[in-house]
Amino acid sequence: MAPHARPLNAVEVRRLTRRFGEVTILDNLDLEIGQGEFVALLGKSGSGKSTFLRALAGLDYEVEGTGALRTPEKLSVVFQDARLLPWRNVIQNVTLGLGGAGREAGRKALEEVGLAGRETAWPIQLSGGEQQRVALARSLVREPALLLADEPFGALDALTRLKMHDLLRELCTRHRPAVLLVTHDVDEAISLADRILVLDQGRLVEDLTIDIKGRRNHGDPRFGAIRTQLLSRLGVDADDRSAA
Amino acid sequence: MTYVSSSPSRGLDVLDRERLASFAPPASHASPTSHSSPTSLRPPAIVETSTRRRRRLGPGPAIPFGLQIGPIALLLTWTAGSTFGLLDPRILPAPLTIVATFGDLIADGRLQSNFLTSSVRALLGLGFGIVIGLLLAVISGLSRIGEAFIDGPIQIKRAVPTLAMIPLLMLWLGIGETMKVTIITLGVVVPIYMHTHNALRAIDERYVELAETLSMSQRDFLVQVILPGAVPGFLLGLRFAVTLCWVSLVVVEQINATSGLGYMIELARTYGQTQIIIVGLVVYAFLGLASDGVVRLLERRLLSWRRTLAH
Ligand SMILES: Nc1ncnc2c1ncn2[C@@H]1O[C@H](COP(=O)(O)OP(=O)(O)OP(=O)(O)O)[C@@H](O)[C@H]1O
Ligand SMILES: [Mg+2]
Repeated sequence: MAPHARPLNAVEVRRLTRRFGEVTILDNLDLEIGQGEFVALLGKSGSGKSTFLRALAGLDYEVEGTGALRTPEKLSVVFQDARLLPWRNVIQNVTLGLGGAGREAGRKALEEVGLAGRETAWPIQLSGGEQQRVALARSLVREPALLLADEPFGALDALTRLKMHDLLRELCTRHRPAVLLVTHDVDEAISLADRILVLDQGRLVEDLTIDIKGRRNHGDPRFGAIRTQLLSRLGVDADDRSAA
Repeated sequence: MTYVSSSPSRGLDVLDRERLASFAPPASHASPTSHSSPTSLRPPAIVETSTRRRRRLGPGPAIPFGLQIGPIALLLTWTAGSTFGLLDPRILPAPLTIVATFGDLIADGRLQSNFLTSSVRALLGLGFGIVIGLLLAVISGLSRIGEAFIDGPIQIKRAVPTLAMIPLLMLWLGIGETMKVTIITLGVVVPIYMHTHNALRAIDERYVELAETLSMSQRDFLVQVILPGAVPGFLLGLRFAVTLCWVSLVVVEQINATSGLGYMIELARTYGQTQIIIVGLVVYAFLGLASDGVVRLLERRLLSWRRTLAH
């Protein structure tokens, strides 16, 4: 891992510290994410993943802390809930704030996420997976250089989640944004990311580059080895689990 | 797996039974044998389901002409009471007498002119009230300085019933149309302001966050997020406002009026013409229902993005 070899990183984080009262959640973090690099961030519940992502997104108002950040101007966030405005229809949600000029691009983005023809539906008329795809289209249409996603598939069922993985992978190959995907799902991280980080006690305790080329198969022995390593980093004994 | 010893197939059976039972008509539950001995368990019959089932909870399907049943029953009782002499016509004239009076009042033009006068008062008061209430709510809902200046006075105004201000307003504005419209306006402003202001302030913080991550402009944020989000609150206020508008109208027309429905009723009282009083009340009822219908229509148009239990 030599990120210095890249010309210019999409994200640079220097000595980032964030505190809630007495508790230090992020402790002097350093991180670079390269252009177009897909990074997954794992960590136990409460380890500070969302805190980190919100800091990158510039959404951590009134949170105590220090450190330096550089993120691209064109940055998009996908939340765990699709966060569509219920009083705006699908295409209006996708092109929110872009005006009429974004309409054609919005239509194309909807087509890309497989929702062509649903432009005038109300969000409430869509399934959870479809709503999340609209949220993806809303991010895409802004052509972000950095996509921040906080457990975007956390509320979806396993089958839909697998389909969303395929979609996200396809979209990222085409548009090449840098991605920081926060997830609690180790398999999701391995099957999507180029690089996996583990956050624990305010520090990045693991920085693993995944170089399985092509489609990643759960049956692949390398997949299993990475999985075991990550699970033990997260304090779960993988052998115990498979025996249960 | 420690629970292997319990038969998994039986566990599944129970689950399926429960699931199917919820589709079965309630009569099958009444059968006393179905739960007594586990050996005689028969699975409930498979029941056809229509493609568009109704909710189990909730008021159930609408009865055809459901809204009309109650009033018609009342009208029939009234007619019967009058026909069989159970109702003194000085207390309550027969429905046919009312209809005849209606015709007379229309023929000599009194009803139309009074109706027009009252409607103009009500609509002017409602219109001014909505505009002023909305304006104040938006200013106070979107800026802290506006709130500091506006919210307090409105809360104080709310504590003073508008109708209690009639004597003062009569001294200030005389007893003409200005006073009447002002009273109605003052009544309407309060609910419009209260509910719209509340809705503007209660906007979901998650949407504010979304707008920030999308780098929306101040104007877009206002037009796309804040204002549409406050529409349900405004419509709730409008409901109260319309009711208040009619109440105020009735009151201002019964003191010192020389025209309008309330004046017509008041005059009829002094001559003991019960039938004219009733005609006036019927017109009030019609106005109330019609305006409620308009608000409902508005709700359906403006809130079509919402799915509700009703309809
Ligand atoms: N606004 C806040 N005020 C006080 N403490 C907070 C606040 N937000 C988060 N925390 C604390 O900071 C810690 C990290 O929270 P964070 O939401 O970043 O965790 P997370 O890794 O995203 O967890 P999860 O996987 O459950 O989403 C938690 O212990 C949480 O209690
Ligand atoms: Mg989180």
